[in-house]
This record gives sequence, C-alpha cells and structure tokens, in this order.
Amino acid sequence: MSTVTVTFAGRTMRARDGQSVAAALTAAGVRSWRTTRRGARPRGLFCGIGACFDCLLTIDGRPAQRACLVPVRDGMILGETGGD
Amino acid sequence: MTERFQVAVVGAGPAGLTAAVHAAAGGLSVVLIDAGARPGGQYWRHRGPALGTDERAGHHDWRAFAALCDALQAHVEAGRVHYLARAQVALLQPGQPFLMHLTPATGDAPAVPDVVAATDLILCPGGYDRQLPVPGWDLPGVMAAGGVQALLTGSRTLPGKRAVIAGTGPFLLPVAAGFAAAGGEVVAVCEANSPLRWARQAHRAAQAPGKGREALGYLTTFARHKIPYRPRTVLTRVLGDSEVGGAVLAKVDPTGRVVPGTSREVEADLVAFGWGFTPSLELLLAVGAKTRLDADGSLVVAVDADQATSVPRVRAAGEATGVGGAALARLEGELAARSLVADATGKPLRARALRRRIRRLRTFAQAMHAAHPIPASWAQWLTDDTLVCRCEEVPVAAVRNATGNLGATDPRTVRSLTRVGMGWCQGRICASACARLVAGLTNGALTADALQATSSRAFAAPLELSRVARLDAPSTPEDA
Amino acid sequence: MSLPPCDVAVVGAGAVGAACAYFAASAGHRVTVVDRGAIASGTSSACEGNILVSDKEAGPELDLALYSLQVWLTDLAEYGELWEFEAKGGLVVAATERGFAAASELIARHRARGINVEDVDATGLRDLEPHLNPAIAAGAYYPQDAQVQPMLLVAHLLRLARERGARVLTEAEVTGFRRERDRVVGVRTSRGDLAAGAVVNAAGTWAGEVARLAGVSVPVLPRRGFVLVTEPLPVTVRHKVYAAEYVSDVASSDEALQSSPVVEGTPAGTILIGATRERTGFDRAFSPAAVARLARGALALFPVLASVHVMRSYLGFRPYCPDHLPIIGPDPRAPGLWHACGHEGAGIGLSVGTGSLLAQALSADATALDLAPFAPDRFAEDR
Repeated sequence: MSTVTVTFAGRTMRARDGQSVAAALTAAGVRSWRTTRRGARPRGLFCGIGACFDCLLTIDGRPAQRACLVPVRDGMILGETGGD
Repeated sequence: MTERFQVAVVGAGPAGLTAAVHAAAGGLSVVLIDAGARPGGQYWRHRGPALGTDERAGHHDWRAFAALCDALQAHVEAGRVHYLARAQVALLQPGQPFLMHLTPATGDAPAVPDVVAATDLILCPGGYDRQLPVPGWDLPGVMAAGGVQALLTGSRTLPGKRAVIAGTGPFLLPVAAGFAAAGGEVVAVCEANSPLRWARQAHRAAQAPGKGREALGYLTTFARHKIPYRPRTVLTRVLGDSEVGGAVLAKVDPTGRVVPGTSREVEADLVAFGWGFTPSLELLLAVGAKTRLDADGSLVVAVDADQATSVPRVRAAGEATGVGGAALARLEGELAARSLVADATGKPLRARALRRRIRRLRTFAQAMHAAHPIPASWAQWLTDDTLVCRCEEVPVAAVRNATGNLGATDPRTVRSLTRVGMGWCQGRICASACARLVAGLTNGALTADALQATSSRAFAAPLELSRVARLDAPSTPEDA
Repeated sequence: MSLPPCDVAVVGAGAVGAACAYFAASAGHRVTVVDRGAIASGTSSACEGNILVSDKEAGPELDLALYSLQVWLTDLAEYGELWEFEAKGGLVVAATERGFAAASELIARHRARGINVEDVDATGLRDLEPHLNPAIAAGAYYPQDAQVQPMLLVAHLLRLARERGARVLTEAEVTGFRRERDRVVGVRTSRGDLAAGAVVNAAGTWAGEVARLAGVSVPVLPRRGFVLVTEPLPVTVRHKVYAAEYVSDVASSDEALQSSPVVEGTPAGTILIGATRERTGFDRAFSPAAVARLARGALALFPVLASVHVMRSYLGFRPYCPDHLPIIGPDPRAPGLWHACGHEGAGIGLSVGTGSLLAQALSADATALDLAPFAPDRFAEDR
C-alpha cells in the first residue's frame, strides 16, 4: 500500500494512493474545508458520492472540485494557493 | 467527427455493466459511459489495486462482479465496447442518433470526446441516498449512509469514531456492520419502523429467500459488535456547534409520531442518515421518458416488460426503474440488453425465466418499501431554522412563508420563491424532501408531477462556460 | 357553479396581472385574479427581472418605461426590499465601432428625452467592470437601469392585492367569456363562473388564446429565450452589462435565432447570461445551439468566465406583438374587455407602469400616459 504526500492549508499530510481527496482529509482528521456563502458555516463531506456538491475544494488551482470524486496524487495542493 | 455506436450504456454499476457485456456479446457496438474510475458503481465500490488486499471484504456477489469485469475487459480489448471511464453525460440530446455531450467527471480526469452518438440507449444512472432535513444536519460529521459506505468500502476510511446510524430500511445494516468491522463504535442503529412490518409483508418477502440469510448475517455481526438496534426510533436533532457532538434520539409510535418523554441524548461524532434511495433521472427526463411514483415515494422511470421506456429506442435498468437492489439491477440490465439485441438481430428473445426472477425481486422490493416508509409525521422534528436546502442555506421558515404568506401551492413555485434547489446540487438533495414538506403544508398529496417539475435538469452535470460554448460544434456521426 | 362576483377579473397571475390586481385593488375595486396554473407559472418565472430604459426605442415604448420607472421608485418604493429591487445600473458596450455607432444614435435620443447617460471610456469601463474584456474600449452607463427578483415581485404584489381585498384563484382556467349582448360581463373558468364589471386579459404569451375566447384577436406570439445560470461566485459582474447589438435584436422581427449577450450578477451570487430570441412557437426542447451562442457572447464580454460552471438553464416565451409595443387598454371591439399584455422581453420592468395605467383607465380617470399607441385594435387586420 503506497502513500502519497499532499498539502492542505499549508500542512503536509500523507494519504493512501487511490483514496479520494475527501477520504484523505477525513483520515487526517479534517472534517470541513469550506464555509458557506450566507452563514459562513463549515462544510465538508456529506453525500460522499458526488451528488451534493458540499465537498467543493480548490485542487491544484482548479476551484470547485468535488473532493469525494478526485483521487489523490502525490504533490497535490489542496485549498486556495496551497498554503493560505 | 463523432463516433456513432449502436448502443450507448450510461452507468457501469450492476445494471449498466451487465447491460454492456450482454449487448456486446450480442454483437452490438457499445459505448459504456461511467463517471467512476472503475466499473461497479456505488454497489461494487472497491479499492483500487493500490489500496490493499482482500477486495472481497464486504462485497456480495463478488464472483459475479469479477466475471463481469473480466467479460468487459475482453469486449474492450476486442473493440466491441468503447469504455469511457471518468466521463459524465452533461447533456443528452434526443433525436436520431442520440447525442451525448460529455465532460470529464472531475477537473483532473483526462479529456473525453465532446460528443458520442448512439442509435439506442440503455440508461442505468443508478441512485443516491434520499435525505430528510433534521435540525443540525448541516454540521460536519453528518453524512449520508451511502457516503459512509463509500468511505468504508472505497478506502477503508473511518469518518468518525462513534456513530449513530439512523433512518429506515435494510441499508442501515451493512453500513453499521461495516463501520463496526472497521473499528468504529456504533452507538445505535435507529430504525424508524418496526421489524413487525416485515411480518405483514412476509408473503412478498418470501420471494427472495436469500435476503433472509443476509439479514441473519447482519444480526450475527450486530451481536458480535454489540450494536444496539433500536426499532421505532428516530434521530430528531443533531447536536454540536461546528461539528457533530451528539444526537437526540426518540421513540415513535406506529404512526411515526414521537412519543413524549422518550427523548434522550447520546454522544457521537458521526451521524449517518439513510432514508432509502432515489434515482438520478435527469437523462431520462431529458429524452422525455414517462415517470411514476414508486411505492417508496421516489420518482422512477416507467418501463415495460422489456425494460423499454415510453421513448422509442430508450431502455432503462437498475435503480432508475425503481429502487430494488443490485441483484435486480443486474437482471434488468441483462434483460434490457438482450431485448435490444433481439430487436436488432431479429432473433427471438427467450427471457421467461429472467422476467420471472425480475418479478420476484421487484415484489420483494415492494415489500421492503412497504415495510420501511418515511414516517408520515417526519416533519415534526423540523424547527423554523432547520435548513431545507443545504446549498442555498434556505430554512424551513422560508418554505412555510412561501406556502403561507406568498400563496405557493407547488414545489416548483416554492423553489422559485425561496431558492430551495437552486444551488450547486440543483435540488438533488433537497427537492424531494421539500416536495413532501410542501405537500404537508398545503394538505396536498405528493405527486409524480410535483416531483418531476423539480427533477428535470437540462444540464445533468455542471459544465464550464467554455465547454458550453462548444455545444454546437459541428459533428457528423461516423460509425464506430 | 358561481364564484363571488367582482368588479375586475384579471386573467393571468404573472407580473402584469399581479400589477393590475394591486393597483386596481388599491383604487378600491373588488378584484379577482384567475390563472390556469400556479402564480407566475408562465413567462414571469423565466425572466431575469430587467427594469431597463437603456434598450427602449424613443417613443411610446420609452415613455412607458420611464413612467414605469417612476412607479417603481415612488408608488412602490416602500416595497423595494421585498422583491430585491436593485438600482444597479446598466452598461451598454460595443465590441465593434459599427455596433457602437448604432448605439450612439439611440443614446442621443435617450439624452434628448432627459435620460441619464454617461459616456464611458476605456479607463471608466475598467472602473465600472474590472473583468470586462479589455478589448472593449467604449460604452455608455445608464444609472437608471435596475433589477428585481420577478417571482418575489409577483408573489408580493398578489399578497398586497389580497390585503386590499383581492382574491387570487390558481388552477382556474378561463374556458369562455360571458356576454350580455355585446358587453363582456364575466368569464367562465374551470372553477366556476365569475361575473365581473371588467375583465383584464393579462395572460402574457397566451393572451391571444384568451382574446379568441372573447371573440377578438390580439396578435401576441411567443419569442423563445434561454438563460444560463452559473455557479454562485464572489462579485464578478457589478451591473447589467450588455452588447449594443442587443437593442437591434429586441427591435427585430427576424424568425431565426438572434443572440446578443446580456450578463449580470444576482444577490445569490449566480451570474445570469442572456439573451436569445427565436420564433419557434412554444417549443420547449432544449437547444444546444442557443445556449452555445449565449456562452460565446458572455465570454466575449467577460473572458474570465471561461472556467466558471453553468449549473442550469431555463427558457421562457416572451409575448411579442408585430410592432413591438404592448397592448394596454379597453378593447372597443368587446366592451368590458381590457388588455394588459404583449410586453415581449420587458414585461417585468413595464408591469407596474402598466398596472398603474390600467387602474387609472378602469376608474375612468385620465391616464398619466396616452394609451392610444397601445390600443388593442391598432393592428392592420382590424383597420
């Protein structure tokens, strides 16, 4: 089982090759990675299969990606500008 | 140049995978389009080779799946199936041929052809968890039961340590068992209905004896892990500030009303809701297929004894025709493909046994639905600030205002007035619950028309504007 | 089966019908609104909510728009928040010299009519709309252009009308008219007969059908339009921005697909992209060709939108008349029948002015605007 390294909000974390970004974040204890527009409420994974669009995240500079569908890749940068 | 196939199969879950294999075996040129990276859909979700051994863990009918994958591989290598993984049909254009405007399923997925064409369609889009709003359901740590299952089977990831699994239906069982087997603690499985309802459906349930063995299997797992199974129990509130900290559970009477004095708080960091499933119907609605309300209150596509929809040359199989599980989906996929092959080749279709098995499993599914209704009084646990629409953060109060003050009487008008269902998910999560809520508020009935009005989506997936700008690029279909 | 009688029966619970109901009820008439569907279930639920002076040709159309604007800003000022009235202003830009030359002539006529128009140069354009295509070098800014949320408009106008004694009956289809000799004295509906001193045909794109039931003809025909809706975004487009070619599209009678970009943000964060015009009858089939044109048009104005996602699209049928003017006023061919319809793509903006004028006419007051240019019997076949 091989691991990859990804960066989230300036933090480096290990993930298992083949995991979804959302699964990797969840395994690292991260439960929310965006806030809602009106109430600024935290959101992360909800439906887990790509239907709810709650888990949207900027991945490698591409905004609004469904984290539950995107597989991790070594060196992936999660979140805005990878560090802020 | 647009490649044209004899049949396009959309979805590579149990129904679509089976349909594609049978259609290719029957000599048709097939394009198989699926959003996932690997076949199997939601049901046969498995970790890729990179994620470790024991693929068989938690998977029923594994041998059948392996055989289907092998058959698919052979057809792909022989050029009989053109398999487009990680691709979504963003737009389905009716006509002859049907035109499927494709887009990569995620931003990092490889490019896919802009358009593929097909003479016939077998649509197996599957379904997803049905949801009901509950106070606090928008807290991180609340997930759909299917989402928890996807994490467990897809990558053996535990989304929490102490879970309450609540809702109704047999799907709660494997989710709880899987969570416990992965090392989590299941605080309670809250089943809104009573096992006694099954007894009343026994004659229908008996149609599928294998299911009885399955249920016994779960009971054993539950006993081993000491999982408390609580019938006639609902979760009425999720507790926590910025994430799940606990939940309020309460007993309900046979009509689904909370029994006063039975509420109690439990600690938990994960809440998984499972209220059954609802099909993804946008592609079927895009071609104009007739729908109906199934026994579980989900909008499904109507099909005849050959899996044909009301639209010529469009067949459907799997959850889209009525939620009924993977075994039924496989049989429907096979029937859809073989009936198409029979039409195309003029050879007679011998499918009496197949149709009989389908009927049996459909009967069983109806029994399951009858035994696990959404409680009629479900809205009792809503407060004015409970979110109905997660995407647009629209509370119950806005829906009540729309039907009360503003005179709206149908879900579509409520949507236009409140923005329920107008966010990213376009109502996939909230529209059916909102329709139920509106029906309750206006003393109306839940109808197929009401559900259909908010289920149609010309764009089946969000499309980048630059891609939309190419939707009319000239394409002359060429036979694959 | 009889419904309680009324003074004014309004057929159509869209923006124009709701406005007629509100003003008539405010003037003391007993009003009943009937619609064969839900409120705003016709074209009003497929609009962008434009309140424009900038795209109106000088003459009766512009006069009506200016009068209506006054009604928005004075009579209805206190309700602006209910329907998210936003005086955001409109920016007309031209991609080409020729396009701007054509627009300049209209702008001159607007100025002559006293409308506020500011010339905007390249620097000014960047200030107003930082994301506008840098290749666009000139434009004109109309601070008087505004936007509302059309569904909320209809719902609240009807609610306010009900507070003034009006009744609103949905799922009540008009199946015929009641006449006494040649006078219209009510309508027959699927929910009962409704006796009325006056009947107002505010049935939008279906006004021709309703008129036919009354034995008269009004040449209102559908002109289909699609709108694209993007994902919610931080503020990217601050005003209503449209290409000068839009004006000539509105005024054209061409049957084929016409498309000219109109782009604006909304309070919800989504960006609306219009506008196409086609005469395809009532065909509701989705048109990839139409939406592709919309997308290209929007990208020509705002290239930064290339990777923004379109979440959905919707379509509507604008009710248009051959001379591009609405039909407002009493029908001399059928005493007791009035019309308030045919507003094409300007129905939301012109609704309140129309309602106000119609209420004046119903009360036999002098109308603030001469209604002769909008007469129902002005079309060639009636001469």
